Amino acid sequence: MKKDIKLLVEGKRLDGRLPDQLRPISMKVDVISRADGSAEVRLGNTIALASVYGPRALYPKFLQEEESGIVRVRYNMVPFSVDERKSPGPDRRSIELSKVMRLALEPAIFLEDFPKAAVDVFVDILQADGSTRVAGINAASLALACAGVPMRDLVSACSVGKIEGTLIVDLNGIEDNNSESDMAVAMMPGRDEITLLQMDGELNKDEVLRLLSLARENCKKIYELQKQAIREKYKSGE
Amino acid sequence: MSDLQEKYVLELLESGKRIDGRKFDEYREIKIERGLVQKAEGSAVVSLGKTKVAAGVKLEIGEPFPDTPNEGILIVNAEFSPIASPEFEAGPPGEDAIELARIVDRVIRESKCLQLEKLVISQQNVFIVFVDLHIINDHGNLIDASALAAIAALKNARIPKVENGKIVREEFTGNLPVIFTPVVVSVCKVGNNFLIDPDLLEENVLDSRLVVGVRDDDKICAIQKQGSKPLKFSDVEKMLDIAIAKSKELRRLVG
Amino acid sequence: MIVLPGEFLDERKGRKLGKGVYEENGKVFAKVLGLSKITDTEVSVIPLSGTYLPSAGDRVIGVISTVEIAGWFVDINSPYLAFLPLGEAVEEFVDTSRVDLSKYFDTGDVIFCRIVKVTKSKNVVVSMRDMASRKLYGGVLVKVTPHKVPRIIGKGGSMIQLIKQKTKCEIYVGQNGVIWVKGENKGKAIEAILMVERESHIPGLTERVDRMLSS
Repeated sequence: MKKDIKLLVEGKRLDGRLPDQLRPISMKVDVISRADGSAEVRLGNTIALASVYGPRALYPKFLQEEESGIVRVRYNMVPFSVDERKSPGPDRRSIELSKVMRLALEPAIFLEDFPKAAVDVFVDILQADGSTRVAGINAASLALACAGVPMRDLVSACSVGKIEGTLIVDLNGIEDNNSESDMAVAMMPGRDEITLLQMDGELNKDEVLRLLSLARENCKKIYELQKQAIREKYKSGE
Repeated sequence: MSDLQEKYVLELLESGKRIDGRKFDEYREIKIERGLVQKAEGSAVVSLGKTKVAAGVKLEIGEPFPDTPNEGILIVNAEFSPIASPEFEAGPPGEDAIELARIVDRVIRESKCLQLEKLVISQQNVFIVFVDLHIINDHGNLIDASALAAIAALKNARIPKVENGKIVREEFTGNLPVIFTPVVVSVCKVGNNFLIDPDLLEENVLDSRLVVGVRDDDKICAIQKQGSKPLKFSDVEKMLDIAIAKSKELRRLVG
Repeated sequence: MIVLPGEFLDERKGRKLGKGVYEENGKVFAKVLGLSKITDTEVSVIPLSGTYLPSAGDRVIGVISTVEIAGWFVDINSPYLAFLPLGEAVEEFVDTSRVDLSKYFDTGDVIFCRIVKVTKSKNVVVSMRDMASRKLYGGVLVKVTPHKVPRIIGKGGSMIQLIKQKTKCEIYVGQNGVIWVKGENKGKAIEAILMVERESHIPGLTERVDRMLSS
């Protein structure tokens, strides 16, 4: 819950960033050889790993959809990813985030290209320092592309929020826990369409719209980084 | 069979009509029955058209969370009971039930409508406020109905007397400190139309949905996008406007 | 050149849309990570990776999975099972009320066949009618990434011919990424195939394979 911590000192955030600055970001693809596609995304100290398997046969049969494939997403936090050890296995938050992440990625995927089959996306958070769901979505999107899953566009995500009256981008752990408001946005930047939008806090309508605008700008930056990460890996391909 | 019905609903919507004749910005008939369950410290049963949700507030005593020693605790849970729909199975809450509970929790918590700091009993003891949502009939728009039931139940909840560290049921010392009335309005997009309060069939054909929690001062305390189609940025602005406008109507019903 | 999903390729201009692309408002975009192929008649993207999704016309290597009353189900290394109808496999008349089809093809048998039909919900039908199709006896199966198959075959079949010649092995290559190899030197042949798969992007591949096979 919210404590009395000063998050902004002379216009700079606790980690030295300016309000509209992203943390150092690194993205790598093909990091898990057994997977059909995989990626690692780091937003500052937050580390997300994603693996994609599929399209693959889907059992039991009653899960199959005649005209469309399905996407399953599992978001999971590794026990040692947080300050106080998190018991392994899904908790309510992970279950909600798995659903929300699936809905963030689905609109980008051509489900009709693999009817009756499934694409499974697994996201493991190795270290959590805020904005884990957006790091996870960025990694999952890279993994899907590398697995050859047919998509309309990549999905790029970022977090925005408000601390001490100031609008900020890319919340780290301490900001996430103590912000006046935080918002997670995912979009298909090439199409300018939102696929994930979650917010909590106390904001008036204008602040919500301003944060959305900030998110839109930064998702586009993330998009460029994602494209670069894929090209880096495949530039030596014929 | 259901696919054909859905096609019909979609056609109607595209021509500007709804299957029950409502306007796009019209709620179904809403009834709120307060205090039905006397065993609960607070309760409300909300009917939103044929959708029916019961909310019960139970208070227990427990230790505060280590990082908030001067606050009571709020826990929201939702059960999608098998009595409510042929699609609900018995067992632990699935992702939809969990998501619904967490959204309602966020709306209550972020709006600060429940003054948790007034629920401290002693240094080691605080009140734990359990808000349990029980779906009785699913005929669409469970989330708006559940949030309405939750806030109505909280507003008629009373604090039980505490003697020697134990709760004395049926004796009360006052009302639960609830100072705002946040409500949830789901705004749905179908094709180029926006509508509120989707009925069961409408829920299956909508493209996407924005669940918006609005406080009395029009502050937005929670947003959750649902549905499998994306939204444009301009859609979000329109949907927020609709949510804020409709929230006043809902709030009046809670009283 | 390498393209990513969502990348704009070209205006359609009445051309055919091949694999790996989608159209919106007359503009063609890449659907998968791959190599763009834009000609006067067609716009397509050759995927760099991905599970094999069956396409009519493909020649594939399959393994008989179950024997049915009027045909067989075949595993073609895809999320989708293919069906080989009796009429597409056996020329003579077969009295299905008397004959058990395992007489012709049994579970585990390997066949080289052609995909003749793929429906929208991905029901796949294969056929053994054409001259090239046959049952493959003995030998071993190797799986490679489907998109590397053209490289393994080589221009005009040059790479696979090189490997066959040098190892004196019988080799059949399925477009579904399954390759059948038979012969005493099959170990060398398999090594060569996997080398091509691994190093397809490094220039001088043909020489390296030749050298490896000659040693």
